[in-house]
Amino acid sequence: MVRFENVGLRYGPGPEVLKDLSFGIEPHSFQFLTGASGAGKSSLLRLLFLSLRPSRGLITLFERDASRLTLDEVAVFRRRIGVVFQDFRLLDHLTTYENVALPLRVQGRDEASYRSEVTEILRWVGLGERMDALPPILSGGEKQRAAIARALIGRPELVLADEPTGNVDPTLARRLLRLFVELHKSGTSVVIATHDIALMDQFDARRLVLADGRLHLDE
Amino acid sequence: MADEKEKPGKRRASPIVPRGTVAGSSLVAVIAIMTFLAGVAAGAVEIVRVAASEWHADVAREVTIQVRPIEGRDIEAEIAKAVDLARRTPGVADARAYSREESARLLEPWLGAGVDLQALPVPRLVVVRLADEREADLASLRRALTQNVTGASLDDHRGWARRLAALSDVVMLIGVGVLVLVLLVTILSVSFATRGAVAANRAVVQVLHLVGARESFIASAFQRHFLIVGLNGAILGGAAAALFFLLAGVAPDLAAIVPGGGEAALLLGRITLEPRGYAWIAAAGLLVALVTAIASRRTVQRTLRGID
Repeated sequence: MVRFENVGLRYGPGPEVLKDLSFGIEPHSFQFLTGASGAGKSSLLRLLFLSLRPSRGLITLFERDASRLTLDEVAVFRRRIGVVFQDFRLLDHLTTYENVALPLRVQGRDEASYRSEVTEILRWVGLGERMDALPPILSGGEKQRAAIARALIGRPELVLADEPTGNVDPTLARRLLRLFVELHKSGTSVVIATHDIALMDQFDARRLVLADGRLHLDE
Repeated sequence: MADEKEKPGKRRASPIVPRGTVAGSSLVAVIAIMTFLAGVAAGAVEIVRVAASEWHADVAREVTIQVRPIEGRDIEAEIAKAVDLARRTPGVADARAYSREESARLLEPWLGAGVDLQALPVPRLVVVRLADEREADLASLRRALTQNVTGASLDDHRGWARRLAALSDVVMLIGVGVLVLVLLVTILSVSFATRGAVAANRAVVQVLHLVGARESFIASAFQRHFLIVGLNGAILGGAAAALFFLLAGVAPDLAAIVPGGGEAALLLGRITLEPRGYAWIAAAGLLVALVTAIASRRTVQRTLRGID
């Protein structure tokens, strides 16, 4: 579903932060993306959901050359990819419910058509009582779960999560990981970027390890 | 409240673009002030245009017959003949000869009071008011006067009218020039202020794009929001401009307080804005609101293209 061939990335005239990345993400797969802080995990995720363009190499996404997609095609492709950002990226003027519903709302769907879906996913992540709260009054863990719910609401084929357990205690981290595992079992491909080795030890999955800008596969 | 908590969807959805930001309210102020200035400029041009065409009409509606005294002729008889000829000419509403005393008064500023005009060969005037300056047969009146009245000549004020027309053209040109400049400044400042306000919402644009919103969806959301912001400002500024002209019309004495206001009132008559002037103000407001909406759309598009 995603294929990288000799992909390199540099910011401006600086040195390459990612070098010669060649790997694929298969349908129904689960993988951890790991590496030391600053190893380029977030940059690689941004390449994966097309918010960065590579300096060289080829990225194929859902059988399409990513460099040839127009702005609107990128938008439509993003509906097939759910992203959980490290900094959540919730809109502060929208309620939790509205934030989670946003991916469906921007597709022009009528509110009545997705109300029960959004309510259900909010209950699933344990935010059933916080639907009307605005993000600034949510705790870190609640924001995390709202961000996860927003990434999943559009039933994406691929879910990318950047440190999705970074702001929560180990118990909640385990619960959230179970949530991603369930999602994977229902057929979604999952990429979780994390440097939490304890978390990775809880689920046996392929590990993509970034070091010195290069990727080492640990199948 | 409890019911609302159960079904959040029953509430009206919050707008995607946040309302009531600091950048938003200062944008309303900029738009209101610029609309006021553009509205006052448009109204002033309209007042000058109406006044200029009135001056022109006033001058064109009147012609003068001048009768010079000739040795051995009774000037009063010649004047009576001229008045009679004028009254019989088609298109003439009225003709009236200035009496000897009136003529003396006309010359007083130059000759001083108490001058005996009997002793001077001073020409006398007949003022002819035209019912319709286009239908009046001035050529035949001129012919009849030359044939029948000794020493008579007709002045149709054409030279005056030409100069007045030239003057009013210049005044209009200056007015329209000022209006165009004010509108340009309005468009520029409003679009810059809008850009600033959209930039303050850059995070919203980015998040919408990241959750899969098409460019047209984001641009339309912003355009709708900023059209309302623009209309709010334009209504405020336009209403202030309209109020300005209403007050100036209702209280002409106010004009005299302003330095030069008295002279302006003398030239322009009462400062009254015709309905057309108010329509111009409304048009200026609408233009400003549209500029705001379009500027926001273009800024969003530029922001989106700059994200990658």
